[in-house]
Amino acid sequence: MNLISVWMIPIVIAFIPLFAFARRVLVYETFVDGAKDGFSTAISIIPHLVGMMVAISVFRASGALEAMTSWMGPFLLGLGVPPEIMPLGLLRPLTGTGSLAYTTELIHVYGPDSIIGRIASTIQGSTDTTLYVLTVYFGAVGIRKGRYALKVGLFSDIIGFIAAIFFCLLVFG
Amino acid sequence: MINVIWMGMILIGFIFSAVNGNIEDVTKAVFDGAQTGVTVSFGLISIMVFWLGLMRLAEDSGLLAKIARLMGPVVRYLFPDIPKNHPAFGYILSNMSANLFGLGNAATPMGIKAMQELQKLNPDKEQASPAMCTLLALNTASITLIPTTLIAIRMNYHSANPAEIVGTTLMATAVATLAAIMADRWCRHRLISQSKKKKPPAWPHTPKEGDAPC
Repeated sequence: MNLISVWMIPIVIAFIPLFAFARRVLVYETFVDGAKDGFSTAISIIPHLVGMMVAISVFRASGALEAMTSWMGPFLLGLGVPPEIMPLGLLRPLTGTGSLAYTTELIHVYGPDSIIGRIASTIQGSTDTTLYVLTVYFGAVGIRKGRYALKVGLFSDIIGFIAAIFFCLLVFG
Repeated sequence: MINVIWMGMILIGFIFSAVNGNIEDVTKAVFDGAQTGVTVSFGLISIMVFWLGLMRLAEDSGLLAKIARLMGPVVRYLFPDIPKNHPAFGYILSNMSANLFGLGNAATPMGIKAMQELQKLNPDKEQASPAMCTLLALNTASITLIPTTLIAIRMNYHSANPAEIVGTTLMATAVATLAAIMADRWCRHRLISQSKKKKPPAWPHTPKEGDAPC
């Protein structure tokens, strides 16, 4: 498994130009032509990301995130879920780097092989930063009304979060 | 809904900082956040430029079309309203496979490219089409086979078995993805049946924010 993940990218990077070359595509010119798109797309995302990042960091710095998690603490303990996990559930859909930092922190404090470390790893690996994905993908094509996309994304985050805890308690608990 | 969440996070943040008395931290957070936004976007430039260059090669050589034909049935089931042999299929597939291998950085440019193709088919350029919502649902659930980053972090902290979370991650991600696909399907059907009931406003023109079904 580890070997696959290490070799996956190099193989793809080598194979695509080779395949194109064999098909008599002008590889370098075509590459540069396509690459030009990357620049403008990345730039067009800036306003969307700035808006989102500001809101998220205000929410976090004010202590609102912390307060939300401490309210839910007692309820979670009753279910056998370590409350330390809770902030991750709220952070995960909001910020990828923030939740990765929090996961690393949990692993650092409780150890990678503790139940908290395992749950945190599973949550981090099995869900994605919904707000970021939404912002970047819709921002890149200028969609203003996301219709039901956000609700579906957040719903699957909640389900993924619960599933991660459930399977970890089942397998490692 | 995104308007409400955005406004809500900022307002709740300022109310909390008034209560907690840490308004300086929050003011600083505004500028930090803005900077992070720009930094992340600029960080994306290098990856986007490289992968989109490579993807153009895959497209022009016919590789994308080949892959799309191979995995066609599954993707056609998920995206019934995209015409057969449309280039969007190739990008959606590359986006999904990059996610499967936990290559988040490689998945983003292909997902964006798929969105741009879907936007060409979209009658209302301001509002997401059902296909766009499905693509987003698949990405937010992030179908992962190998959580590469997490395994690396666990190795760093001397885990006895860094890869032991592969199994639980796979199960959790499968459940989340299934939930996302089902919720997406449900919303899509509601949208279509609602637009049939009320004559004006006809789909795909949902009239107002907050008026949206689901």
